[in-house]
Amino acid sequence: MVRVLVPSGALGLGHDPDALDAGIAARPDIIAIDGGSTDSGPHYLGTGRSKYARATTAREWGALMAARARAGVPLVIGSAETCGTDRAVDRLVEITREIAAERGEALRIAVLRCTQDPDDLVRALAAGRIHPLDPAPGISAERLRQCSNIVALAGAEQIQAALATGAQIVIAGRTTDTAIISALPLLRGCDPGAAWHGAKIGECGALCTTRPDSGVIMLTFERNGFTVTPMARDAAATPFSVSAHMLYENADPFILHEPGGHLDVSAARYEALDERRVRASGAIWVPAQRYTVKLEGARPTGFRVASLVLIRAPRHVAAAAAWCRDIERRARADVCARLGLARDSFDIELRRIGQDATLGALERRRGDPVELGVLAIVSARDAAAAGEIARLLNPYLLHHPLPADEAQPSLAFAFSPPEMALGPAHEFCLNHVLELEQPMQAFRLEVIEVGHGQAG
Amino acid sequence: MARLGEVVRQVRSKNAGPFWLTVDIFCGSDAAFARVRDALKDEEVARLFRCAPARLRRFDIASLNAIKISLPRPVVQGSPGDRDLHGASYANLLAEMEIPDNS
Repeated sequence: MVRVLVPSGALGLGHDPDALDAGIAARPDIIAIDGGSTDSGPHYLGTGRSKYARATTAREWGALMAARARAGVPLVIGSAETCGTDRAVDRLVEITREIAAERGEALRIAVLRCTQDPDDLVRALAAGRIHPLDPAPGISAERLRQCSNIVALAGAEQIQAALATGAQIVIAGRTTDTAIISALPLLRGCDPGAAWHGAKIGECGALCTTRPDSGVIMLTFERNGFTVTPMARDAAATPFSVSAHMLYENADPFILHEPGGHLDVSAARYEALDERRVRASGAIWVPAQRYTVKLEGARPTGFRVASLVLIRAPRHVAAAAAWCRDIERRARADVCARLGLARDSFDIELRRIGQDATLGALERRRGDPVELGVLAIVSARDAAAAGEIARLLNPYLLHHPLPADEAQPSLAFAFSPPEMALGPAHEFCLNHVLELEQPMQAFRLEVIEVGHGQAG
Repeated sequence: MARLGEVVRQVRSKNAGPFWLTVDIFCGSDAAFARVRDALKDEEVARLFRCAPARLRRFDIASLNAIKISLPRPVVQGSPGDRDLHGASYANLLAEMEIPDNS
């Protein structure tokens, strides 16, 4: 039997401290938490930044390090600092050193790095070792070199290699959400179908229970099944809450692809052990012919500046769509004429908040809003051009009349200046897998000793 | 006629990675599941999302009284033109769809 304690869906989301204490009292074999995702957009991978405040990360990570010391078992984090690039991993190592020093703790830390060298990938592409998933943007050597960061997603094998170093803490770069959970049960001989199924169910902590905000759950893996037990006293796992989690953020509710194979839960059974625990079994693991890891890459696409103007007069609200189109047309022509920029090197887009800003052309509802916000988004190849275009747009947003013979109106800017520099923009440009000869080929493992020789 | 969202317990949409969008309809009862399953036509759903019908992946899951529809994201997450990074607003398109009364 292997017990995996999952404190929450991601470091930074918070957990119920009493539930974490209950989890430690239930004697886990390992504590596993996810640190990231692509779900906040390409900015984080593009820049290597974390989406959370350093203080939030340090506070939660400190609580988990203290819980780990009490339990005397390994603590594993995957996808450190949102994007899981090498720089992100280094930041979490630094935070770990600071906390260890404060606690007077001596630790062995295994660090798994996942950032890819573009030259290696260019060679892999030429050798036919990069395969597209569906749908995949076109790639080339040039596109690979345009990426500011490319990571490969580690799987269970790489986390197992990190655990084999005897480290008390594993800090991994980009890793599949499930691999940090499945690694130890697989190592201890649990059925791989059960190990991966339990890992998928538990990847978001208490999201598979009736109280998602409580965070902490225990996954107990047996030879051919697993049990979910929420650690918050008022949370319950039910066959519905557990099995419904297979749908979460997954295009196919029965199949989950991982490095080295895929999970198939078509024949899984979910059974209530009592009012708050569920046991699942029957999932199968299908090994793949070749060992592949998924790639994620983000490339810079230019710079953006946004402006916001508010429209309150009913006749302006009623005419807003035509007003926006007219401004887009005139301002684009002005940019070409006055700044000498080619039409395909910039864009100006006006979205009407209160009308169809969220769904755009897909919106079907029509209403009669009291007011509208017009969000103008300017993009250009460099920051100076984006700023200049946004300032060129400024008088249009403030004064553009509609109809044309209207005396010059003034609309409402909420602040001065109305332009907000959004900085560099990025886009995800890889939906591909990389074929490896052996699992560690694209990854690097380092062992760091901290705090040794210190008092305490 | 009734709005789908008024017949079922929950409609939610999420990214399934940056390239896919997935919509989950939790119907809440056997009767609501049967009604929505029969009323929901793939061609109509494809039209709502301006997506080729062949690109929709649909799963009718009786054990959960749930219907899941996945499709390539209308715009790759976070790319120029994306209006909803987490994709949660797309659920409204299905929730506001009119479906016929029980026959």
